[in-house]
Amino acid sequence: MEWEVVIGLEIHAQLATKSKIFSGASTAYGAEPNTQACAVDLGLPGVLPVVNKEAVAMGAKFGLAVGAQVANRSVFDRKNYFYPDSPKGYQISQLYFPIVEHGSIDIELEGGKTKTIGITRAHLEEDAGKSLHEDFHGMTGIDLNRAGTPLIEIVSEPDMRSAKEAVAYMRKIHSLVQYLEICDGNMQEGSFRCDANVSVRPVGQQEFGTRAEIKNINSFRFVEKAINYEIERQIAIIEDGGKIAQETRLYDADKDETRSMRSKENENDYRYFPDPDLLPIELDDSYIQAIKETLPELPHEKKQRFITEHGLNSIDADVLTAQKAISDFFEATVNAADGEAKLSANWMQGEVMSALNKNSIDISECPITPELLGDMIKRIADNTISGKIAKTVFEAMWNGEGAADKIIEKKGLKQVTDTGLIEKVIDEIIANNEVQVEQYRSGKEKVFGFFVGQTMKATQGKANPQQVNELLKAKLKG
Amino acid sequence: MFEKTISELASDLQNKVISSVELTQAYLDRIQQLDGIYNSYITVTPELALQQAKLADGRIAAGNAEILTGIPLAQKDIFCTNGVKTSCGSKMLNNFIAPYDATVIHKFHQAGAVMLGKTNMDEFAMGSSNETSFYGAVKNPWNAETVPGGSSGGSAAAVAARLAPAATGTDTGGSIRQPAAFCNLTGLKPTYGRVSRYGMIAFASSLDQAGPMTRTAKDAAILLNTMAGFDEKDSTCANKAVPDYTAELNKNLAGLKIGLPKEYFEKGMDAEIAKSIEEALDVYKKAGAEIIEVSLPNSSLSVPAYYVVAPAECSSNLSRFDGVRFGYRCENPVDLEDLYKRSRGEAFGEEVKRRIMIGTYALSSGFYDAYYIKAQKIRQLISQDFKEAFEKVDVIMGPTTPSTAFKIGEKSNDPITMYLSDIYTIAVNLAGLPGMSIPAGLANNMPVGLQIIGNYFDESRLLNIAHQFQTLTDWHTKSPERLG
Repeated sequence: MEWEVVIGLEIHAQLATKSKIFSGASTAYGAEPNTQACAVDLGLPGVLPVVNKEAVAMGAKFGLAVGAQVANRSVFDRKNYFYPDSPKGYQISQLYFPIVEHGSIDIELEGGKTKTIGITRAHLEEDAGKSLHEDFHGMTGIDLNRAGTPLIEIVSEPDMRSAKEAVAYMRKIHSLVQYLEICDGNMQEGSFRCDANVSVRPVGQQEFGTRAEIKNINSFRFVEKAINYEIERQIAIIEDGGKIAQETRLYDADKDETRSMRSKENENDYRYFPDPDLLPIELDDSYIQAIKETLPELPHEKKQRFITEHGLNSIDADVLTAQKAISDFFEATVNAADGEAKLSANWMQGEVMSALNKNSIDISECPITPELLGDMIKRIADNTISGKIAKTVFEAMWNGEGAADKIIEKKGLKQVTDTGLIEKVIDEIIANNEVQVEQYRSGKEKVFGFFVGQTMKATQGKANPQQVNELLKAKLKG
Repeated sequence: MFEKTISELASDLQNKVISSVELTQAYLDRIQQLDGIYNSYITVTPELALQQAKLADGRIAAGNAEILTGIPLAQKDIFCTNGVKTSCGSKMLNNFIAPYDATVIHKFHQAGAVMLGKTNMDEFAMGSSNETSFYGAVKNPWNAETVPGGSSGGSAAAVAARLAPAATGTDTGGSIRQPAAFCNLTGLKPTYGRVSRYGMIAFASSLDQAGPMTRTAKDAAILLNTMAGFDEKDSTCANKAVPDYTAELNKNLAGLKIGLPKEYFEKGMDAEIAKSIEEALDVYKKAGAEIIEVSLPNSSLSVPAYYVVAPAECSSNLSRFDGVRFGYRCENPVDLEDLYKRSRGEAFGEEVKRRIMIGTYALSSGFYDAYYIKAQKIRQLISQDFKEAFEKVDVIMGPTTPSTAFKIGEKSNDPITMYLSDIYTIAVNLAGLPGMSIPAGLANNMPVGLQIIGNYFDESRLLNIAHQFQTLTDWHTKSPERLG
């Protein structure tokens, strides 16, 4: 039987506010346990939440960026459950009236097609603290620094049909929230994570199959692996005549498998009800309009502009706009390189990316600034250096040896364009390699490369390759 | 001296007839002597009180005193007080020293008031008799065999027994007005949102409101002047200017339209109470007021709606008492579930557990619409009833309670009967309106309260109407005979 996979994602993105969603405590990551938890975060008797307006603005911003409806009135609800890292015994969230509803985002599929993924809703809520199971013999430590950190939970429609699509969607949202500067996107620190709802059904069947929810996946790679594992597991069960249990599962990256966490029967009854300590969030149209005006250029808009303004092809434009920091770096480079977009694009996707990967660092930590890179690209464009020599210059710049011009000067890397000089070198090579000259002249054109190589070697790679080609061709004709 | 009102004491302090230290010491001594009978305080704070009194005397000497500077007050033990045990009447918080001051407490500090101690109350403010307190029942100074009412029973008994010139209370379904009625006091529950709830341990967040419990309307106005006002720490607190509540006390009542809800009077009201209320209304008539019958057709639904909304909210509000971060923790828990179950099971009293269970049930999946949502709809209807009534009248009057103070133990095993003792007060909380109870007579030697319900933020008018009554009658000056 042929199976169709149905996937929906719930993405949790921590909002990049300075203080928490309902208190004035700092949200900075990595502090000593419980040093960033004030009376409100500790859930002391008598304390009350006050909503952080910045978090609301960020929620609205997200809604507008995915073409959704931003609610004029949304309401905070209490989700009641007992757990030590949930200090009040309930989480403040939005169930009945979320701030954002009915949006969508396009993802690119293989072969250049695009697909629209629906966004059912997005709501504001507070993060929980952390339970620390090590270091406390027979007990559990509780760190409430994270408690009350604002989250936006973004719930997609069950529109994805493969793990690849799910990853593409997650990447899109990841890119978007960073463009909007509402989330730092740091997945190691848990700033961006997701739950995946996965089910399968025979191709052609209308109703959805029973789904399993895989909780708390915090990398793109794990999302893909977890979903693929889950798809195989479900198909195997059904093909064996079994039934899928509706349940919550955990992905174990070490074993690359998902396993049951709790069944539907054991789900908490969260007893949601409107939080009487908080008033509904009322946003009027003029507020929403004002937020709309603060929206930056969005990834898909930027991609279009890169194609029309910089003459990039769709694939290059896609890669260079996937991350805001990279797109910013690229544009600054083009600017510094006097508009050499194509060369800049090639260098960004080639040397820059691979050097970053090799050193496992982020673009923000790149030792070469866009200005330095742009200046070097200018020297390629004006034939001061060849593309090949530029790699040497790039390496020197990476190692902090200064600007391209200085390196070219110091290392004598300037391209040789003096025809007379190149001719002299070629003449010598032709004179010293009679056998190869003979071969070439008798039709073995492959030998041409040998001459190019010899010429470049003799000029330490500095000869202008185009000139070398032309002069060699002329001279070898005899 | 113990019969003096706050305004009288304030002028004595200003005129150096007495110092705050002397006044405070006198009250501390009296508490020491007499509170063994009434059990009105959970915690007395003599050192802190005298320290504050000293500071107050300094302020008075320096000439920058306010009216409350140097006045000793009793605070309900529901308000968090920095460095002082804040128990909320529960074993759960018997070991809880609050690390911060509630906004109300902070405001009293700023005004220079002195805190004598923390008063007894029904556990987590759940009760109408003060019998649910972990610290034992409070006795009504008018008759030690009867209850002082609840949940602010300790505050009421303390003021009635002259163990404090005035006190704070909180009112979720009648917890200021009913004990005020039982103990012959003036009690005011302000409009929801008038006084900050920050630092006031929550029972039912959408209903809770703090207010003054005093001997006179004028004193209530003085206290409310300090208590009321916007607080950015409480999202539900009204950002609305606070008038001087003493400014309109002497306004003439001619032309005042008083509404009498026919529903309150048609169903077998206690004859003695009815007589006192009628006499009180006659006083108003003579003062030029007009009595108009109004209807609150949904008033019979207020008790059932309240006993869904309040328990629902409390079931969630009390979840934070889990034995993890503060408060009671059971001994040697074997695992997390055991920690939760035994800590809560051992530290919460019967009534609190009952309400947590009712509320948990009402919010459960499958019952939410039938209970919580329906109760919210009833709440709307009740508010609408009042809205329509206030189109015709300025205030609504009636009895505060269906009976005078009942005997200790009389209703404690019958929750429904106990719940019905708040039948006249609860609707006011559901609608968020301001309500007062003032002394209106004695029935079999026990105090009767007249309830005055006003429109939103109309506290000035309520205080004016109450004050006028107190210039025309002397019920509010009566004190229990045995106090001498």
